[in-house]
Amino acid sequence: MNSAEVPLRVSGVAKRFGSVVALRDASLEVRRGEVHALMGANGAGKSTLVKILTGVHPADRGEMVIRGERRRFRSPTEARQAGIVSVYQDPALVPDLTVGQNLRLARVARDAVREGLGRLGLAELDFSAFVRDLPYPILRLIDLARALASDPSVLLVDEITASLPADLSERIFALLRGWRARGRSVIFISHRMAEVSALCDRTTVLRDGVTVGVTETASGSEERIVELMLGSEVARAASDSSARSSAAAPHQGAPALEVRNLSCGRLLNNVSFAISAGEVLGIAALEGQGQEELFDCIAGVRARDSGEILVRGRPERFHHPADAIRAGLVLVPANRLQAMLPQRSIRENVALPAYGGLRHWGPIDMRRERARVESAIRRLQIDTRAESELRRLSGGNQQKVMIARWLAGEFKTLLCFDPTRGIDIGTKRQIYGLLRELATDGAAILLFTSELPEIPLVCDRAIVLFGGGIVHEMPAAGADEATLLRAAHGLAAEHEAGA
Amino acid sequence: MSAVRATDPASDGGAGATRARRGVRRFAQRYPGLVGMPLLLILFLAVTVAIHPEFGSFDVQSLAMGAMPLALAAAAQSVVVISGGIDLSVGSMMAVTNVLAAATMEEATFGQSLLLAAAVLAAGVLLGAVNGLIVVFSRVPDVVVTLTTGFIWGGVALLILEKPGGGAPDEFLNLGAGTLLTPWLSGALILLAAAVAIIWLPVLHSRLGLALYAVGSDRASAFRSGVKVELTRFLAYALGGLFSAVGGIGLTMTTGIGSPLAGVYYTLSGLAAAVLGGVRLAGGRGGIVGPVLAAYVLTLIPTDLIFLNIDPNFGQVIQGTLIVLVVMADGVLFLLRGRKA
Repeated sequence: MNSAEVPLRVSGVAKRFGSVVALRDASLEVRRGEVHALMGANGAGKSTLVKILTGVHPADRGEMVIRGERRRFRSPTEARQAGIVSVYQDPALVPDLTVGQNLRLARVARDAVREGLGRLGLAELDFSAFVRDLPYPILRLIDLARALASDPSVLLVDEITASLPADLSERIFALLRGWRARGRSVIFISHRMAEVSALCDRTTVLRDGVTVGVTETASGSEERIVELMLGSEVARAASDSSARSSAAAPHQGAPALEVRNLSCGRLLNNVSFAISAGEVLGIAALEGQGQEELFDCIAGVRARDSGEILVRGRPERFHHPADAIRAGLVLVPANRLQAMLPQRSIRENVALPAYGGLRHWGPIDMRRERARVESAIRRLQIDTRAESELRRLSGGNQQKVMIARWLAGEFKTLLCFDPTRGIDIGTKRQIYGLLRELATDGAAILLFTSELPEIPLVCDRAIVLFGGGIVHEMPAAGADEATLLRAAHGLAAEHEAGA
Repeated sequence: MSAVRATDPASDGGAGATRARRGVRRFAQRYPGLVGMPLLLILFLAVTVAIHPEFGSFDVQSLAMGAMPLALAAAAQSVVVISGGIDLSVGSMMAVTNVLAAATMEEATFGQSLLLAAAVLAAGVLLGAVNGLIVVFSRVPDVVVTLTTGFIWGGVALLILEKPGGGAPDEFLNLGAGTLLTPWLSGALILLAAAVAIIWLPVLHSRLGLALYAVGSDRASAFRSGVKVELTRFLAYALGGLFSAVGGIGLTMTTGIGSPLAGVYYTLSGLAAAVLGGVRLAGGRGGIVGPVLAAYVLTLIPTDLIFLNIDPNFGQVIQGTLIVLVVMADGVLFLLRGRKA
């Protein structure tokens, strides 16, 4: 292909932030009319590369060639003028402005955005609505439509499907395929292998800031991609540990946690279940089926309307998360930012919950604390290169710190709400292994996950929430993706009634 | 899916009355300062007339003169706070421009004094620009920077005019202290309205206005939308300096002299008026009309106490209580709305 026709080619890109090297030698070539996947474990440097391509950060070293011309962007505006536009990992819309004002701010034509939204099934969107009042999935669609409106030659899409319901993801894929058919290019970043296989033509894999390979995305290439992402050695170890150790026999006695007829707001109705010590109970549900309310009620974040929560047979009423923690119920939220202290060190973040009790208000026993924290960090293999401030860690490592915090403390029941959202596959497997290990040690674990294949991998039993109620319960062994997906769409009940 | 329902404009009935009511509610939600503050001001004026039936054109004029510097301080603070910053040197900038005007205009003709006023306005922009430059480039927190520059400007004011004095030609003073056509329409009111209209309206209707709100609301999103964040923040401080300078000149007009220590009061009361007028301290929300009206309300309180023969020092207590109540009302409304949903 003539080099002037290559819409984007970068090579030898390096970037460091202080002492942390984010990129060492990254390269990427995008052809006309292709959807090109960019993959890599968390901390591999994908986000940094995206920010360099779109002019958010300057590169320290390396070359960027756009349609045969060497370029160097100093701002997102410059990148956009050169035809490179990004949909970032989180919405880039200003919350206190209306949709229309946001479009004016970005100098984007309303009609073009309206047309894009129409193709995404959102033709009716009210442009005078404040962004802060719109639900998150809608914001992602607006972000995408806004990026398309400037008719870029290369569109970057960073983890856009990470917390979207499946139907919206499908609409986005259809739109991107149409975009490709018009000879435009897309750089697609996702942790979901299935999406990448279904949508992308080629895949560039980054590992530790270096481009380690480019593969044609075809059936069977998935193992190759995983291998590249993990490095061959780690891949083997990870696939060993992914096989679940034999299900621990549930302990006898009162369940570690029992929920009876729990209702909360419009979204959670009459939910009952029980978990024994040593058991991992999985919850599958589409976006907004009451799982947030369920976890909030159990963790003491939100007051329930009716129903009972029993911890080891004793009815409990939590007024504050501290009550739940005292009863041994701890929460790992999906949004790490809700739980972490981004400007403090790993050590303080891990040790924080141990300071809850009044008797701990005296001087801190530093030696004991350090020993406990270090053992938790070792156990989770947390990358401690940037330990002085948690915000400088990659997302996967931040999430590990959030789990480590509870390992250093003491708990009986772990509530994990989508703990692997936006985390690379290697870290995911470490987290699965850890959850199994904790269960074997006698913890009860309630796990909600948006990634259905995780359920048979990690859980003993699974329940499916739909419309605020439990529509299905099954042993994890039978909970393959298709079964869970049917149930999560509310189809299983009819299916059984017909059978 | 709930997401789609939230954007469906005609989901709950379509009766015209409902739509109109929703339109009003939406306007009230969008511009709380433009609905609540006029009502509060009318309420206070009604109370004032009730307890002091002789309330006449003279009182209206003293109210306008008393409230104008505070209203401009509130405007200055609002611009900066909307952009996500804070300026604790507003009062000192008013003091500098106040004494600068009084010291230079004492012997001037009316024409010269107008030219000098333009120069003083430019000096105000310069003071604000220095604040903005330091805040943007030093990355020292804005509270620290403007607190410090506030001390410096305060010292500069004392260097220009050691003790209250100076003056300006009567024609010039009358622009603020006189009346136009009828004794009910005071110069101070016209000056204030003109300043807000000439400075703020063009900003509001340009991209700069959008950028100010965007930067105050979410700096990262604004940057990704192509906003020059540093430039916007810098301009917010410069605009704050401009409003402060109008306030300083206004002080010269209404008091007839320059007073190096008079401005200090306006830093915190201007901030209070901004908050009372619906500007969110975290940035991104609010306007300038609300704070300006709030300045009138805050000025009416001690006046009413005098009419009622109550120690006017209670004024501060009442002003403070009012601010707490208004700020709390926001939280209470939020709770009510949350429970209904």
